Amino acid sequence: MLSIKGLKIQGFSDEKWHDIINGIDLTLHAGEVLGLIGESGAGKSTLGLAAMGYTQPGCRITEGEIIFDGVDLTKLSDSEKRKFWGNRMTYVAQSAAASFNPARRLIVQTTASTIRAGIKSRQDAYDDAKQLYDVLNLPDPDNIGDRYPHQVSGGQLQRVMTAMAMSPRPDLLVFDEPTTALDVTTQVEVLASMRSIVQEFNTAAIYITHDLAVVAQMADVIKVLRYGSEVEEAPTRQMLTAPQQEYTKSLWSVRALEKPQQEVQASVLSLKGIDASYGAVKVLNNVNIEIPKGSTVAIVGESGSGKSTAARVITGLLPQNSGTVQFDGEYLPPELARRSKEQKRRIQMIYQMADTAMNPRQTVREIIGRPLDFYLGIRGAAQTRRVTDLLEMIELDASFMERLPGELSGGQKQRICIARALAAEPDFIICDEVTSALDQIVQEGILKLLMRLQDELGLTYMFITHDISTVNAIADQVVVMNQGEVVEQGLKTDVFQPPHPDYTALLLSSVPEMDPDWLSNLISKRADAGH
Amino acid sequence: MKTDPNTYSALGEVAAVNERRTFWVRIVMDLRKAPLTARFGMIIILCYALVAIFAPVLAPYGEAEVFPEPYAPWGSVYIFGTDQIGRDIFSRMIYGARNTVGIAVATTFLAFLIGGVLGLAAAINRSWLDQFLSRSVDVLMAIPSLIFALVLLSIFGSTVTNLIIIIAVLDSTRVFRLTRAVALNVVVMDYVEAARLRGEGLGWIMRREILPNIMPPLIAEFGLRFCFVFLTIAALSFLGVGIQPPTADWGSMVRDNASLIMFAQYDLKVGLTPLLPAAAIAVLTVAINFVVDWFLHKTSGLNDEQ
Repeated sequence: MLSIKGLKIQGFSDEKWHDIINGIDLTLHAGEVLGLIGESGAGKSTLGLAAMGYTQPGCRITEGEIIFDGVDLTKLSDSEKRKFWGNRMTYVAQSAAASFNPARRLIVQTTASTIRAGIKSRQDAYDDAKQLYDVLNLPDPDNIGDRYPHQVSGGQLQRVMTAMAMSPRPDLLVFDEPTTALDVTTQVEVLASMRSIVQEFNTAAIYITHDLAVVAQMADVIKVLRYGSEVEEAPTRQMLTAPQQEYTKSLWSVRALEKPQQEVQASVLSLKGIDASYGAVKVLNNVNIEIPKGSTVAIVGESGSGKSTAARVITGLLPQNSGTVQFDGEYLPPELARRSKEQKRRIQMIYQMADTAMNPRQTVREIIGRPLDFYLGIRGAAQTRRVTDLLEMIELDASFMERLPGELSGGQKQRICIARALAAEPDFIICDEVTSALDQIVQEGILKLLMRLQDELGLTYMFITHDISTVNAIADQVVVMNQGEVVEQGLKTDVFQPPHPDYTALLLSSVPEMDPDWLSNLISKRADAGH
Repeated sequence: MKTDPNTYSALGEVAAVNERRTFWVRIVMDLRKAPLTARFGMIIILCYALVAIFAPVLAPYGEAEVFPEPYAPWGSVYIFGTDQIGRDIFSRMIYGARNTVGIAVATTFLAFLIGGVLGLAAAINRSWLDQFLSRSVDVLMAIPSLIFALVLLSIFGSTVTNLIIIIAVLDSTRVFRLTRAVALNVVVMDYVEAARLRGEGLGWIMRREILPNIMPPLIAEFGLRFCFVFLTIAALSFLGVGIQPPTADWGSMVRDNASLIMFAQYDLKVGLTPLLPAAAIAVLTVAINFVVDWFLHKTSGLNDEQ
C-alpha cells in the first residue's frame, strides 16, 4: 500500500538546513494501523505528513522515496499530488476547533472534497456522511451535520473530522494526535469510534501520538522515533511486553512511578464553603478542601470542573463570593491587593505553559533573581550566588544564567519556573498542570524533582492535573472535582479503591492503560452496564 | 552538550539554542540584509540629522540675517536666492532642518510618553480607568485634529512650547489606542499574572514585563507618527500659526515664497524656490516610511522570501 524508503527531510531554521527525518523506512499494508510515537521534535508529525507526500513550508525532502500504490510521490508535482490528497489520502489534525471553517455547516465541510473529486453526488455524499456520523456514535446523526462547528463539543468535532476524512473512503488515513486536546472521558468515546470506523472500512492508517496507552489501543504495529530516526518497530503486543531498546524501555517505565503514602499532618491550607463566579457564571459551588502540611494534594477533574478556579481563589486573583481561605492559621483576605507581601511570598504558583509563564525578553538570571530581590532583598553578588544555588537545585547549572526562555527546551523552561517559585522560599506551591505539556521522559524528571524538593524543603503542593498516572506518581491525597463541586476527597489509596461515586468511577475507568485489550474490554463492560 | 542518549538528564535536553549574538553583531547582520529602499531611507535620515546638528557650521549665513537684496536670483552668492525680505534661502533651509525636525522629534517623544503610559495603564487596569481614558480619547479623535490644533493655538498663542504640547496631546490619542491594543495581548500572558501575584507595582509591570514585548509595533508607529507630526507642524506653519518668524521653518518658507511659483514661466529656478522646502519635507517623509516598512516587515515575522 505505502512504502517509504530511506526518507530524509530537512528543515530550514536559523539560516541553516537541519535534518528532521534521518533515513526512515516504513511499510504499511491495507487495513493496517501503524502507531508512530516519540517525543516532541522526534519528527513524527513530519513523517506522518510526508507519508502523504506533503512537507510543511520551510522543509524539503532531500533523499528517499515514498511509494503509494505504485507511484513515487516525491517525483510528482503539487498539482498531481493534489489528486491524491483529500480523496485517496486524508488527514485528521490535532485541533479540530482550529481546523474547521466556523462559517460553514459541518456536513458541507464533511463532504466537500468527496463532491469536488466527483466520487459521489451531493445527495449520496450527504447520505453517506449521515451514516458515518452514526457509525461514529454522534448524537442525532441525521441532523448534526446542519450545525456549525461551535455548536458541538470538542470530542464531537473531532469525530466529525474523522467522518470528513472517511467520507471519500481513502486508502490511507493519517491521525495526528487527534485526542490530545480532549478530556479522558471524551477521549475514550472518540478512540472507540475511530477504531471501529478504521476496522469497518479496512483503511490503512497512521496514528501519531506521544501517549503510549492510546497507541496501544489503536495500532497493530508501533514504531518508536527519536531525533528523526527509528528506534525500533514491532507488533503492538510484542512492543508492550518486550521492548528491545533502552530508550523504549525508559518510555515504558515512566508510568511505573508511584509515591508511597505518607502520614497525614495538620492542614496548612483550608478552603471552607467557597463560592466563586466569573461574572454571572458560577464556577465553584461550596468547595471545601483541606491540604495537609508537607503533603501533595492532587486536584483532578475535566476541563471546566473548576480546579484551576480553585487555584485562582487561593492566590487571590479571583476573590470568592463567600467562604474562607485559611493559610497556616490566618484568614487570607480575598483580594490580592489586600494581602501582605509575606502572604504573597509564602504561596507561589507554577503554570502549565512554561512558555507563557516567563517573559521572553528576560534572562534566566532576571527571572529567578527578581523574587530574590523583591521578597528577600538579595542583590548583587549574593543574588548571583543564590541563583546559581537554585539552578543547581533544579539540576541545571550556572551556564544557563544568561539564556533567554526561547533558548531553553520545554523541560528546562518548566525547571526555571520551579526555580522562580523556590526563590521566594515559599511554604506552599500550586502546580497547575505543570507536566501536561511535556514529553513523558521529561515529565518523569520534573515529577522526581518536585518530590525531591518536597523532601528537602518540606514544601506543600497543590497539584492540579487531569492525568491519573501523574496523580499516582506524586500525590498523597486526591480531590476529585466535577462541575465546580468536590465529588470526593481523601487519601490517594482510599479514593482509588472502590467503591467510588459515579463520577470518580467514570474518570478512573477512562484512563487508558497499557493493555491493548483495555479499550475493547471497557466498551463491552460499559455496554453491559448500560443494558 | 549531548550526554548518553539513553539516560535522561535536564542538562542534556536539546533546546533550540540560537547562536548567541551581541546586540551590535545583530544590527550589522540586519543592516547587511536590508533592502535598497531601507538603506536609502537610512542614509537620508542620517544626512538630515547631520545637517540639523551642524547647521551653524554648514550654513553660509545666519538664520535671520537680512540682506538688502530681496528676491535675489539663484547664484554663487545666494545659492538658492533670497526671500521676500532678503534672507538667504539656503541657510534658512539648513536651519529649518534643525527647527522643524527638532520640534517634530520632541513632539513625537512627548506624544509617546503620554499615549504610551496611559495606554499601558488602561490595558493593565481594565476598570473605570480604561473606560474613562478610552472614551476621552474617542471624544478627542472625533474632532478633526488640524482644526482642533488651529483653535487651541489661536487660544493659547503660537509659542514653540504650546505647539509641542498641543500637537503631542492630540497625537497621543493614536499612540494610546495602539499601545492599549498591543498591550492587551501581552497582559493576558501568564508572566504578567505571575508578576501581579508576586505583588509587583504598576510601574514594574508596565516597564519590565509589558513594554519590552510591545516595542516593535511601537517603534514602527514612532516612525509613522513622526511623519504625521512633521506634516502637521509644516501645515500649521503654512497656515501661519506654527513656528513663528524669524525662526526658519520649512512650512512657513513654502508659504512665504509660494507666490514665486507664478514666475516659473520667466525663470524656472525662481519658480522652484518654494518647492525646495516642500521637497525637503517630502523626501524625509518618504525616507522614514521606507525604514519603517522594512522594520515592520522584519518584526512581523512575514518572511516570505525564503
